[in-house]
Amino acid sequence: MKKLINDPANVVREALQGIEAAHPDLVKVFYDPSYITRADAPVQGKVALISGGGSGHEPMHGGFVGQGMLDAACPGEVFTSPTPDQMEAATKAVDGGAGVVHLVKNYTGDVMNFEMAAELCRTEGTDVESVVIDDDVAVQDSLYTAGRRGVGATVLMEKIAGAAAEQQRPLKVVADICREVNANARSMGMALTSCTVPAAGSPTFELGDDEIEMGVGIHGEPGRERMRMRQASEIVDMMATAIVDDLPFSKGDDVLAFVNGMGGTPLIELYVVYSELNRFLSGRGITISRNLIGSYITSLEMAGCSITLLKLSDDFTKLWDAPVKTAGLRWGA
Amino acid sequence: MSGAASVSYHDVVTWLRTFTSTIAENKQYLTELDSAIGDADHGINMDRGLQAVLGKLDEVPPGDIGTLCKTVGMTLVSTVGGAGGPLYGTLFLQIGGATAGKSEISAADWSAALDAGVSGVQARGKAQLGDKTMLDALIPAREALAAAVADGAELPAALRRSADAAEEGMEATIPLVARKGRASYLGERSAGHQDPGATSSALLLRTVADTWAGDA
Repeated sequence: MKKLINDPANVVREALQGIEAAHPDLVKVFYDPSYITRADAPVQGKVALISGGGSGHEPMHGGFVGQGMLDAACPGEVFTSPTPDQMEAATKAVDGGAGVVHLVKNYTGDVMNFEMAAELCRTEGTDVESVVIDDDVAVQDSLYTAGRRGVGATVLMEKIAGAAAEQQRPLKVVADICREVNANARSMGMALTSCTVPAAGSPTFELGDDEIEMGVGIHGEPGRERMRMRQASEIVDMMATAIVDDLPFSKGDDVLAFVNGMGGTPLIELYVVYSELNRFLSGRGITISRNLIGSYITSLEMAGCSITLLKLSDDFTKLWDAPVKTAGLRWGA
Repeated sequence: MSGAASVSYHDVVTWLRTFTSTIAENKQYLTELDSAIGDADHGINMDRGLQAVLGKLDEVPPGDIGTLCKTVGMTLVSTVGGAGGPLYGTLFLQIGGATAGKSEISAADWSAALDAGVSGVQARGKAQLGDKTMLDALIPAREALAAAVADGAELPAALRRSADAAEEGMEATIPLVARKGRASYLGERSAGHQDPGATSSALLLRTVADTWAGDA
């Protein structure tokens, strides 16, 4: 394992110290329990948004704390859910009296820890709404599984709901916007290489030089199929077909297309993927009216990408365009 | 203690120390089981949580088993992370609730406490028997214990029957297809592997029998 770290046990804490040192204008960082809030928290009268999850997906979530997006983020150990005491402390720190929304990616550990935190916060009189994100089409949604995983739609939800909260929309409305984003977004990922969790020291899974994992999760979980390497055009066709057929997206739809790097893939390849995606969607009569291209929800050093499509309404488009000022996303502010 | 009719506060502390060292000894084994069908952190996470519990044992004012178990539960919730934290945390919080104010517990008290704990885990994890989770060890253990108490079995015999049932339940997870947790993403590929959560739960019940039935 070659990584730019000191002690594997201190990676999360030391990265938090880096964020604290780099962005004092945007965020405040707290330790024991650890969480990140926007620098001006709590914002009185505004619904607060909190997300969190295992670390190793940077810039998500800490890089999305700031004006127009999240009020707080709770980082867990690498690929391990944060704990309820972090979420409870973060909730108290950012509650501006208008209630708090917890944005929870659908993983067993995250869901249970956020559930316990929401129960604790409600007992203490804070109004908490929880929203679960489950946009990954690679996983079968069935009563016999933990359900679909939360992936790329998380970033889009944090931006869109963050803008809605900034406009002083009330708690139930902001939570419903989150649920509407989740209902209208679908994602699929693929891996060219594995990732290595610092504490584990060896790759999470084995992948041959000529193999790819189609449908991989953001923690290196298995996908739909292990297959031979092929050209970008063919890979994008497979991913986009799975996504478009699932919602379904149809002719005449306006979409936000999010091409995300998994951490180890250069931007030049993401643009190749975007070009193929644009070709594919044009062929189906689907218009990309907004896009996001870059590594925003990563899986350590995994090479590969994910594609997320969100069906846009006029409201979603306006909220997407609204100002945002975070370490990871910034425009108009 | 050996063959006594009840379990003292001190016995509960001894059990928690034994459970902690047993998990530490099995850390690698649990992590290996987890790497086959999960995310290879169950042993690491449980060990981290129980080491934190060890640090709390001397801080709790001695006497009330309920307070002790609640402290254990809160500590696990805030240190284990993943799914194990809320599930084992809830198990101990509920056991603590059922033993509140008691400095000594009988077989019937322990049966009621385990019942409360297991019901808490079911409510938190929304899993059923046969889903390939820790409940596949806990539910048979609870039922064997309740049956033993109803039969009028002595405490040591009741605890052994409970631990045996947990181990049988643990072994029975091998052919199962996981329906909950990260292992469920594997579908059919999860069959053929013993569930790590059922394994740590069987260790929990075995350490109870070993320390309270005088088998250690």
